[in-house]
Amino acid sequence: MPYTTHADLGGRPDLGPVVQEAEDSVFHAAWESRVLALSLAMGATGCWNLDMFRAARETLPDYLDLSYYEIWLGGLEELLVAKGLVTAEELAAGRARHPPKPVSRILTADQVAARLAKGSPTERTVTGSARYRLGQRVVTRATPVDHHTRLPAYLRGRTGIIERILGAHVFADSHAQGLGEDPQWLYTVVFEARELWGTEAAPGHRVSFDAWQPYLEPA
Amino acid sequence: MEHDHDHADHSELSETERRVRALETVLTQKGYIDPAALDVLIDTYQTKIGPRNGARVVARAWVDRTYRDRLLRDATSAIAELGYTGRQGEYMIAVENTPGRHNVVVCTLCSCYPWPVLGLPPVWYKSAPYRSRVVRHPRGVLLEFGVTLPADTEIRVWDSSAEVRYLVIPERPAGTDGLDEEALSALVTRDSMIGTGLARTPAEA
Repeated sequence: MPYTTHADLGGRPDLGPVVQEAEDSVFHAAWESRVLALSLAMGATGCWNLDMFRAARETLPDYLDLSYYEIWLGGLEELLVAKGLVTAEELAAGRARHPPKPVSRILTADQVAARLAKGSPTERTVTGSARYRLGQRVVTRATPVDHHTRLPAYLRGRTGIIERILGAHVFADSHAQGLGEDPQWLYTVVFEARELWGTEAAPGHRVSFDAWQPYLEPA
Repeated sequence: MEHDHDHADHSELSETERRVRALETVLTQKGYIDPAALDVLIDTYQTKIGPRNGARVVARAWVDRTYRDRLLRDATSAIAELGYTGRQGEYMIAVENTPGRHNVVVCTLCSCYPWPVLGLPPVWYKSAPYRSRVVRHPRGVLLEFGVTLPADTEIRVWDSSAEVRYLVIPERPAGTDGLDEEALSALVTRDSMIGTGLARTPAEA
């Protein structure tokens, strides 16, 4: 089945105006905060990783019609069922009907502060050195891929400059597919807006993103 | 999906609440979650981790040149000096606004945002309009936020595609020479640390 993301929005026209909100507005309903907490607590069990969660969210067919925490809820339910932790029938009934599947960790209240303060760093030590050097011109992969990726469509097949070398990091594409961490060199690549948007681009506008080495070829 | 968009708001909200309640019940009955941990998580992001953290980082950078240099060189460590670390801020980069250059942060693919310093992102940051437009028409988006920059100011948009998180250091407003760090931090808005706003002047605060 082809992989379709509905979350790749950079540069798309006609998605409406930006609606601002006050700085102290965190949750807009109690259920939103429960969805956030459930997502973090289930993520802490180690049954999936953050890249898998992103993939589950971005492939929801009605992604663009959902509010943010509805997307999280949909992604969470999907992963729980896919990993065999709950059944769709249990979710519909709101009652557990089967014994739990063993999980490697359960986040307890006393562990929350330490877990959040530690986070999940993605930088890894790898042998060998980075293929690209600062200032080098590179071109991004032009073709879409049939899995989760962090190369946005608007940056495909574009020429930019290596601005920063960020070390080797867990490769989201592999990690999301359950292929392990597969650490790869990560770079900040900067593009002139004209390269992305043509003549409509304003002078002095540049866009950068963080690209894993497999996204890049020498220009 | 031809159904009832007219009265979707109310019925879908209660349907969503029912789903969330069902989900929480099942996960609790299965023993996958500690309900007390959920309350701690929510309280943390409602009351402890928010944009005042980032405002303290910025104010420190404004008053302490050596701290500002450390922040630009190794933001993760410099921010950790003030006690802000961890989830969604494991690898931080600080980018400084100057008279000739303005920085704006986005995540076009989802909602990546530096939680330890800014808390959870606002709805607009996570929504389709901002994510689609700011990489293409940053001046237009900034204008909607009330920010007009000189025509020759360079605008850099940072698309947070990996696990690097960006904090914008806004320019220190004029007329703030006599203010201490705490008073300065009150001028630093959340939006100014995303790049969709400027720090307030003492008159605006």
